[in-house]
Amino acid sequence: MSTEGKVDCGRRRLIVATAAVGGVGAVTAVVPFVSSMLPSERAKAAGAPVEVDVSNLAPGQMITVEWRGKPVWIINRSQEMLDTLVKLEEAVADPKSDGKQQPEYCKNPTRSIKPNLLVAVGICTHLGCSPTSKFKKGVEEGMPDDWQGGFLCPCHGSTFDFAGRVFRNKPAPSNLEVPPHTYLSDTRILIGEDTKGA
Amino acid sequence: MAANSGYEKYKSDGSLKGNLLEWFDARFPATSLWRGHLSEYYAPKNFNFWYFFGSLAMVVLAIQLITGIFLVMFYKPDASLNASGVPVAFASVEYIMRDVNWGWLIRYMHSTGASAFFVVIYLHMFRGMLYGSYRKPRELIWVFGMVIFLVLMAEAFMGYLLPWGQMSFWGAQVIVNLFSAIPLIGEPLSTWIRGDYVIGDATLNRFFSFHVIAVPLALLGLVAAHIMALHEVGSNNPDGIEIKKRLGPDGIPLDGIPFHPYYTVKDIVGVVVFLMLFFAVVFFAPEGGGYFLEYNNFFPADPLKTPPHIAPVWYFTPFYSILRAVVWPIFGLEAKFWGVVAMGASVVIIAFLPWLDRSPVKSIRYRGPIYKTFLAVFVVAFLILGYLGTQPPSPASELVSQICTVVYFAFFLLMPWYSKIDKCKPEPERVTFK
Repeated sequence: MSTEGKVDCGRRRLIVATAAVGGVGAVTAVVPFVSSMLPSERAKAAGAPVEVDVSNLAPGQMITVEWRGKPVWIINRSQEMLDTLVKLEEAVADPKSDGKQQPEYCKNPTRSIKPNLLVAVGICTHLGCSPTSKFKKGVEEGMPDDWQGGFLCPCHGSTFDFAGRVFRNKPAPSNLEVPPHTYLSDTRILIGEDTKGA
Repeated sequence: MAANSGYEKYKSDGSLKGNLLEWFDARFPATSLWRGHLSEYYAPKNFNFWYFFGSLAMVVLAIQLITGIFLVMFYKPDASLNASGVPVAFASVEYIMRDVNWGWLIRYMHSTGASAFFVVIYLHMFRGMLYGSYRKPRELIWVFGMVIFLVLMAEAFMGYLLPWGQMSFWGAQVIVNLFSAIPLIGEPLSTWIRGDYVIGDATLNRFFSFHVIAVPLALLGLVAAHIMALHEVGSNNPDGIEIKKRLGPDGIPLDGIPFHPYYTVKDIVGVVVFLMLFFAVVFFAPEGGGYFLEYNNFFPADPLKTPPHIAPVWYFTPFYSILRAVVWPIFGLEAKFWGVVAMGASVVIIAFLPWLDRSPVKSIRYRGPIYKTFLAVFVVAFLILGYLGTQPPSPASELVSQICTVVYFAFFLLMPWYSKIDKCKPEPERVTFK
């Protein structure tokens, strides 16, 4: 018989043990609910590669296709556009593409497989807005007068050159992403898949 | 019929005799709840204009709940495209506006109600700051209130995604991506919030669920806690003195009057005036000049194209400006992380007012010039931040918002010092009442 003021240690241990086991059960029960909010199997399986025909893309033109719900730009850069890339090496934050925003086969001065054709995900690396094309040089499109042409993110003002390289001292922390892609023929690009190590 | 037959039902204290009410009271505290919270809840007799906003917040909450229930009857949280290539969710809102009987009224009441909610809540909070309503023993009322404010922001943010317009989509994109700024867990966390790698159908469906079920339930519980805590300690008043210190021979505060009928009647007048203004907006300016419903949101969401200028709805802009004001990386972490931290801190710090304020008096009426100056400068800074948050970024506005951010935090962080050294006036013994 227990007397007043005296703690029954056996019972207290049982209460603690029961509470602990109950707590483990409660936490375990949370797992399926939290996990259900992760991307579903269908969402993970989506993102099939997209095939694009670029035979009608004239130099200086750009098209946007949707891949995994994101805009992917394909830009056929003219020689004049490509020339700006060399000039801007000092002005961009990561001129040599040392960041991991592109597959190994696009880690080159033009960030592309074919020098003229840039394939890039049109999502700003800052907070996910889609930058607007500002291809004309100078002040014509409301840019500074030394503007060489490229992209401006409307949300927080990050700017990118014709290789999707971010300019220095802008909110975006890194260059635009180049998705894995490969050429099925001279004018057909498959976005989302690459031949190994090409 | 006898002329006095109606009165025989009542006892001397006004309650009904052995009847349905007594049967009820023996099983449920109906009368005691009524008395405790209304007919015998004694509130200070000197409430002024500022004391309308608590009851008005309840009125707006009711408007939002009722109109929301009806909107859910017609709205479809579905991001897939219909036969005409328009997202189903966007089309269902157009359907409500054009084809549902009175749908435009119900929807405009709901969208105007969202802005009205924040107008009323901001004024309600400012009342608390004017009269020191957060001070001991009302700290917990203030903390519950701040949780309500946070939950309300979540409710408004998730509700704004539902029309699936351009601002819905890109606003959610930017705000959810803010979480990705948190080191290590950021990317998986924002994917978990979206339920996909991009804002999409999964995000729309879960925001709908939170907006119509989870958050309103939490909101109702918190409002109940807020009011229960208030009725436990009693209301503050514009003089910031405790009416419970001066009791009459009957144990009732000398300066207290029963909430019902005195303040229920007063608040009804406030509700009438409020509804006149509210419906003036609903009928004549439901878009609020692009501040209540942004123009870009009349275009369906396009994941491939960001509108040229995106800004949050007006009630988030002061905090959004603080987020944008932080542009320097610190301790090797990128600026956007610190922006998120500053924005979070700017909301949370308000909850600490009860412990930051060391003034010997509560009410602005008896505070000295230093506090009044700080409060005035704080209000101006808050309004400037709010305005700048609606504007596109520019170097000049960046500098101004940085200055205002410093002022904002200085108001709170310096308060333990300046509220203590201020020259206060003596508080009166009894409330001021003309």
